[in-house]
Amino acid sequence: MGTGIRAIKNLRLFPTPLVWKQELAPEVYVLGFKREEDFLPGQVVGISHSLELEPRLYSIASGNKDESLEILFNVNPEGALTPILGNQNPGNILQLSKPFGSFTLNENRASYWIAAGTGIAPFRSYLRSGLPAPIELIHGGRQLQSFYFQDEFLQKLPSGYVRCCTQEKGENLYEGRLTNYLREHTALQLDANFYLCGSAEMVVEVRDILLAKGVSYQQIIAEIYF
Amino acid sequence: MPEILYGKTLDELKEWVKELGMPGFTAGQIADWLYKKDIHSIDEMSNLSKKNRELLASKASFGLIPYTTVQESTDGTKKYLFPAGNHKFIEAAMIPDKDRKTLCVSTQVGCKMGCLFCMTGKQGFQGNLSAGEILNQMRSIPEGPEISNIVYMGMGEPLDNLEAVMKSLEILTADWGYGWSPKRITVSTIGIVPAMKQFLEKSDAHLAVSLHSPFDEERKKLMPVQQVYPLKEVLSEIRSWDFGRQRRVSFEYIVFSGLNDTPAHVKELARVLDGIRCRINLIRFHAIPDTPLPSSNDQSVLNMKEALNKKNILTTIRKSRGEDIYAACGLLSTKELVKRENSDF
Repeated sequence: MGTGIRAIKNLRLFPTPLVWKQELAPEVYVLGFKREEDFLPGQVVGISHSLELEPRLYSIASGNKDESLEILFNVNPEGALTPILGNQNPGNILQLSKPFGSFTLNENRASYWIAAGTGIAPFRSYLRSGLPAPIELIHGGRQLQSFYFQDEFLQKLPSGYVRCCTQEKGENLYEGRLTNYLREHTALQLDANFYLCGSAEMVVEVRDILLAKGVSYQQIIAEIYF
Repeated sequence: MPEILYGKTLDELKEWVKELGMPGFTAGQIADWLYKKDIHSIDEMSNLSKKNRELLASKASFGLIPYTTVQESTDGTKKYLFPAGNHKFIEAAMIPDKDRKTLCVSTQVGCKMGCLFCMTGKQGFQGNLSAGEILNQMRSIPEGPEISNIVYMGMGEPLDNLEAVMKSLEILTADWGYGWSPKRITVSTIGIVPAMKQFLEKSDAHLAVSLHSPFDEERKKLMPVQQVYPLKEVLSEIRSWDFGRQRRVSFEYIVFSGLNDTPAHVKELARVLDGIRCRINLIRFHAIPDTPLPSSNDQSVLNMKEALNKKNILTTIRKSRGEDIYAACGLLSTKELVKRENSDF
């Protein structure tokens, strides 16, 4: 999960100092905390600014052996939490839950990883945790700067990293929507697993495309920004 | 933007009239006009002074939204289309049955949950409805005064819009509001556990949980929410509440022939629901375009009902209503009316 996720109360939260913050693109941030818990790549944490403000869920973007536990988000000016998170500084105390969720990779099957925007977070966690690389990681974004962590992915997936860019042109970019890329893709391994992370619109559209191509719904595992 | 009066709770009205410098009792008078009387404008609030009516009208609008179209099924079910903001629409289904008229209301424009079997999910999510927009679906249809039951089972996941849903329930059940018994109201959810807990704490309305498979991996493929809130946690929360007397919990179960109606499913349902006073509502699957899921027929649903009854689980079959106008369970959608906005995919 990434941004714009459902508010939830009654999630047990623990005061956790923010260790570092990095702006990846305008109004897109990574927050880093000291990793205190083991987790499975693909899990989420609840996060809030205070116990009064309802927490939101974010996919963990870091590896399960990394020193930091990282989350990726973009600031939604109309949101209740992300404008506050965007203004946090190292040393500030935020409220975090323990990791939970089960958007976990079946390591015994070949897979495609498909993300839009900040939905890339769990796939970075997969890769940094040493899980088997996908056949392709397909990422949709509007501009070149929307491909968060692209340097890491280009290095680790030199031939299996596809950036689908809707508003800019560039070297080695697919120019257009990731849904168009998938429609045009003639060599998809239909017996692979397909992991999807993004908005509901993205997930349902991609799922329909995959189903139309002959992928069984049982091979499609989706994480939606709830 | 003027304030919208319809959909405000009494506490909100009190705060607001205080800000306007009106006497505190005016809030109760306004609530009375909004929820107990059949008027459509501030000017008709005749027990408010002319000065206060003019002040109200300068700062607020009444807030009722007329429906734009209505379709009627051969079985008498009606589907109403309402505008909900900029190029957004929602649907409500009115289902007559003998002396009852049940209204199925929407709580969101589209839905974030992405369930594989649902038409609403196929349009993605375009926004939450306010409490007023939820209640307006009853207030602005001709059958409004005759509605006997409301089910929050239309477009959207009600507990993903908890604040507005809880406000609408307060207005429906409060003495200063519509004064309904909560027994006339059922709120459906796919099982957002923390929000469900809040709903159970703060409301006495009935609960309906979408179940559809007792097996985790299978349910995950049908309902992505299973990844975050597995059925085990949903049932654990439900077990901590007293159901079966004043308040009911039911489990909605769409039957996909040969997929989730096997003896193994019946056995596992009996196991996971053991100890919960509940009923299962079986629903025949209405095939939606491009679905990979198998339809069910009356016989397969009946077979499953009998199998569950033999396991001592109270099981009923929900009648399919309004199928010919796409008003039946899982078929509500305003996808064709959504104006696509800039997206990152």
